Amino acid sequence: MLRVEDTIQTPVEFSAALIAKFDDVVSRYPEGKQKAGLLPILHLVQAEFGWVSAPAMDKVAAYLNIQPVEVYEVATFYTMYLMKPQGKYFLEVCRTGPCCLNGAEDIMKYIEQKLGVKEGDVTPDGLFSWRGVECLAACGFAPVLQIGPEYTFYENLTPASVDKLVADLTAQAKN
Amino acid sequence: MGRKLLLEHINVPGIETFDVYRSKGGYDAVAKALKMSTDDIVEEVKKSGLRGRGGAGFPTGMKWSFLAKPEGKARYLVCNADESEPGTFKDRYLMTYIPHLLIEGMIIGSYALGANVSYIYVRGEMMPQIRILEKAIAEAKAKGFLGKNILGSGYDLELYVQPGGGAYICGEETALIESLEGKRGNPRIKPPFPAIAGLWGCPTVVNNVESIAAIVPIIRDGGDEYAKIGIGRSTGTKLISASGNINKPGIYEIELGVSVEDFIYSDEYCGGIPNGKRLKAVVAGGSSVPILPANLILKTVNNQPRLMSYESLSDGGFATGTMMGSGGFIAFDEDQCIVRNTWNFTRFYHHESCGQCSPCREGTGWMEKVLHRLEYGHGKLSDMDLLVDVSKKIEGNTICPLGDAAAWPVASAIRHFRDEFEWHVTNGAEATSRNYGLAHYADPLPVLEPAPAAG
Ligand SMILES: Cc1cc2nc3c(=O)[nH]c(=O)nc-3n(C[C@H](O)[C@H](O)[C@H](O)COP(=O)(O)O)c2cc1C
Ligand code: SF4
Ligand code: FES
Repeated sequence: MLRVEDTIQTPVEFSAALIAKFDDVVSRYPEGKQKAGLLPILHLVQAEFGWVSAPAMDKVAAYLNIQPVEVYEVATFYTMYLMKPQGKYFLEVCRTGPCCLNGAEDIMKYIEQKLGVKEGDVTPDGLFSWRGVECLAACGFAPVLQIGPEYTFYENLTPASVDKLVADLTAQAKN
Repeated sequence: MGRKLLLEHINVPGIETFDVYRSKGGYDAVAKALKMSTDDIVEEVKKSGLRGRGGAGFPTGMKWSFLAKPEGKARYLVCNADESEPGTFKDRYLMTYIPHLLIEGMIIGSYALGANVSYIYVRGEMMPQIRILEKAIAEAKAKGFLGKNILGSGYDLELYVQPGGGAYICGEETALIESLEGKRGNPRIKPPFPAIAGLWGCPTVVNNVESIAAIVPIIRDGGDEYAKIGIGRSTGTKLISASGNINKPGIYEIELGVSVEDFIYSDEYCGGIPNGKRLKAVVAGGSSVPILPANLILKTVNNQPRLMSYESLSDGGFATGTMMGSGGFIAFDEDQCIVRNTWNFTRFYHHESCGQCSPCREGTGWMEKVLHRLEYGHGKLSDMDLLVDVSKKIEGNTICPLGDAAAWPVASAIRHFRDEFEWHVTNGAEATSRNYGLAHYADPLPVLEPAPAAG
């Protein structure tokens, strides 16, 4: 749930490079239809800051010349926009039917155990968090997880491949 | 080996690049189409018999011919690449490995419909595919297949990729349009249909990725050639996403009309069930279609082999048949629990309901709760009737078909697997530690006596 007061303290600045990306998005629509850029722009904001805060949404509203509430209602409707900071690596594990037939629930339990945090909580070092998500359109390669902001896919997960992934990402974060 | 129209060149190294794709005859259909009249293109698509590959199976040529053409208003073609139906992953495959096929189809479709700006709406999680498409679009543009005055024809087209935000409901075409306009994905009340008032109030056609890709061989070889493949009104080839308990999960391009038995057991396709287990059930067309026990998916009640075609899969209606849907083929082996799976799917629909209609918003939540208690051994024998009752109250009483899509899997699971549900009630404790097993679900069907002649 979005709680504006949680985030109001965190002012954000949009760099010129980020604004240039917004401009490119908006150029794809007819004159006056710039609101269509809202979803792509929220993705750009999230890729930059790791999540979407209330001050960031207010700035997006100002940029698109729409009301802040038009941004809030969109950001909270779609599951990809994160309303609070997550781990540097946010593991999103598919939990829907076909993945369950191939062990998704066990993999989620394993990840919970391995990271030592519950769904939605961040590890003390700030590196990892995880959650279950719905079908990621990779059901033939179940179980699967994705990691933003580029939404890299990891398929046919096993406890061993989860171990390796966590080790690799931990090493990557140190470099 | 069946003919391949979409995936023929999928294994050619570099086919994702413009040059290799072009060297295999790619974009020839664009050159051909731009010399045809737009009416002739629509006519070819009609002749092909192509039916929408997104799930509803509506004839594509007919859909195109309904597009309103008022003076002075833009028209749009929007590609539906929101692919979120559990069990379906063909569009991701196509966009990843042969992106130019989709772009070629978009150019032909946009030209035929008179659109000068078109969008491919891709689910936001498919960021790698968005990058692939954007790269392919830039290549096609550099080679003169997009932009101003394409191949000197005087036709202009800009093509853009639009990411979604993570919401199954945005696959529904009016929700997709809302989302593309930068709003919540709430489906619109129809009419007006998108063909009259779609994107920004302009006439719009929304088509699935695979439907648009199929336009390419249809224009290249002609609609009649396309219609020679397949069986009856199920013409051409179809991508099937195969998952669940099978030896070779993945994407298969089949000629419509192969038998379900061949599809599951032959080495050309799924290669049978792993670990020597037996087949218990199949969801043949994505999570929204009725689930069938093994005996009914392999044969119709008239003891005819069931085929992978729109007609054969729906033979028997909802009493004993199912639907082609989006071609998401999910197989369940003898150790799977139907109650658990039904609960899982219902949880999905409850999570994905946009919340506009009470029957869908509340009904999916109730069904999820009742199924949860059944799965965990706290159910009552009356719960099955309760579930059927709730599902009936959702079906047909909502703005968009997500309500139906949530109701059908529950109703069909209880119709065909009632004894397994009852066992969960009568053996509540046992049901938490073991599964019901195959039971009689693969037994040969009773051979029906031909009905005596009237008179
Ligand atoms: C809840 C719901 C989800 C849908 N999801 C998709 C989808 O992910 N992809 C798709 O192509 N069609 C989806 N559809 C079907 C579309 O509404 C529409 O019929 C389709 O895009 C039309 O394209 P076609 O005629 O080429 O199949 C969905 C429909 C509903 C009701
Ligand atoms: S049926 Fe469900 S998803 Fe569709 S409009 Fe109604 S509440 Fe939304
Ligand atoms: S069910 Fe997990 S990717 Fe489809």
